[in-house]
Amino acid sequence: MQAYIIRRLLALLPTLILVSLIVFFCQRLIPGDVIDLMLSQNDLATDQDRAVIEAALGFDQPMYIQYFSWIGDVVQGDLGDSLWQNTPVTQQLAETMPITFELGLLALIVALTVAIPIGIYSAVRQDTAGDYIARSFSLLMLAIPGFWLGTLVMVFPSVWWRWSPELEYVPFFEDPLQNLSLMIVPAILLGLSMSAVTMRMTRTMMLEVMRQDYVRTARAKGLSEVAVILRHALRNGLIPVVTLIGLQVPLLIGGAVIMERIFVVPGMGLLLLEAISQRDYPVVSGVFVVVGFGVLLINLAVDLSYGWLDPKVRHQ
Amino acid sequence: MSEVTLPLVEVSVRERPAFIAFTLRLIREKPLGAFGGAIFVLFLFFGLFADFLIPYGVNETNLRVRLEGPSADHLFGTDHLGRDVLSRVLIGAQLSMTIGFIAAGLATIISIVLGVLSGYFGGKVDMLIQRFVDAWMCFPDLLFLMVVISIIGAGVPQIVMALSLIYGIAGSRIVRGSVISVRENMHTHAARCMGAKTMHILVRHILPNIMPVVIVLFTTRVGAAILTEAGLSFLGLGVPPPTPTWGGMLSGTGRTYMYMGPWLALAPGLCLTIVVYAINVYGDALRDLLDPRMRGSR
Repeated sequence: MQAYIIRRLLALLPTLILVSLIVFFCQRLIPGDVIDLMLSQNDLATDQDRAVIEAALGFDQPMYIQYFSWIGDVVQGDLGDSLWQNTPVTQQLAETMPITFELGLLALIVALTVAIPIGIYSAVRQDTAGDYIARSFSLLMLAIPGFWLGTLVMVFPSVWWRWSPELEYVPFFEDPLQNLSLMIVPAILLGLSMSAVTMRMTRTMMLEVMRQDYVRTARAKGLSEVAVILRHALRNGLIPVVTLIGLQVPLLIGGAVIMERIFVVPGMGLLLLEAISQRDYPVVSGVFVVVGFGVLLINLAVDLSYGWLDPKVRHQ
Repeated sequence: MSEVTLPLVEVSVRERPAFIAFTLRLIREKPLGAFGGAIFVLFLFFGLFADFLIPYGVNETNLRVRLEGPSADHLFGTDHLGRDVLSRVLIGAQLSMTIGFIAAGLATIISIVLGVLSGYFGGKVDMLIQRFVDAWMCFPDLLFLMVVISIIGAGVPQIVMALSLIYGIAGSRIVRGSVISVRENMHTHAARCMGAKTMHILVRHILPNIMPVVIVLFTTRVGAAILTEAGLSFLGLGVPPPTPTWGGMLSGTGRTYMYMGPWLALAPGLCLTIVVYAINVYGDALRDLLDPRMRGSR
């Protein structure tokens, strides 16, 4: 297992470097006239001149020096300062990231509690009415845009029953219940859209596993159907589902931006939107660093759990 | 995705059935998929002929009929400026369809180029491209699009370009997988033994055999591109107003009026859902018929 972990960590290195290059070049893509635009658009910028911004973005040096000094700072946990507010980007991220993380985690819990039982049911009762309903539901959830669902939840209860979701954000450690009652609506919406793919995958994998010899053996030795499914089939069927969860994290983050916007949750998505509208590029690339590396780490964790779930993987 | 134990008719890809024959088979074996395809074509028609179909001008304001519910005059009602929602939704369809189609088309081409390079030649090129794709896929589509658009501007060409790059690179992995399996086919080996040039092998042996995968990839990307563009417009970063977009109609100033005119919240979202749903079921059916190996994956 140790060797496997070390191998995985080494394989991560080139990807890490490429992620940093992508973020860096995105920042470098900003053409010079955008700086003029930044100056003209932003009323906060009256007392700053072009050279200050160019220096803040590091445009006054050759590109490779820019990259190495930037990556050197990033490794030391310094993502620079916001252009318009004199706060370090890391501080803004430290305030907003836990909120987005909470939203994502809640959504993931919702997604799994919906998707896995329905996926199993759908596979066990293949081609029955229940299976068809479950599959149609998952196809529908794939197609409904999260922002539309969010809009409907905001508008219709308010029109019909004068009820609308809470929008006053309260930190979790101040009042956990109030915080959860606020986060639960966006989390459910986000989780539902994520559950669609997971449900399809669970169903497919369960169908595949249920036809294996060892499942037949388990049945033949007289185990109850529940034991066969939960103890023998599910554990093997879920391995690809775990991988899928890792692959879906970027999707989850994209959805979180939209939910944060609709339900005014002050997370990383809202920070990014604000930064983009103010063209505050150090903040933008800071968010990207966190998202990119975060996704890599989660996928690493998924890969490692894969090795733990499936002994074949670690002995390869 | 569908029944795993579907009795599969042997289809040799090399003798591709005519389009009509294939459509008939789709209708017979996958009625829901065919239905999705029909709706898809219908919206394509709406998009193509939107300019002739709209009953009112897109930005024609009429304050005497502002915020009126659906009626015979205005099928989908009117918005806060008295603009006809149906007309706006139709023009929105035009934009969504254009962006979806062109972006998915370009993305597919990028995927083919990268996937073939990576899958057919293998080795260091493959290693390099795949690590890059790994890194690329760490970033959520929507976030990437937001940032790129904020830098290069929010016009239709820019959005199409950014979307095709995003989906093209991500999709190359699927093409690669299928190229690798075709590369090991007997006929490819035979062609190589006979001294065929690489280009000849790629065009005559590899490409035709990865077509099923490519077609399915293209279909699913149309839906994804439409959805992502709508998300971008919803966040207020897409094609700027007054151009009506489905995402844009659900955001911005329109949102405050939805409480007085809830129908404003319905039409654009419903259209989006229907189109994407139709494309998804159609794509699923195509996948089942064309490429049984891909079943169940996305």
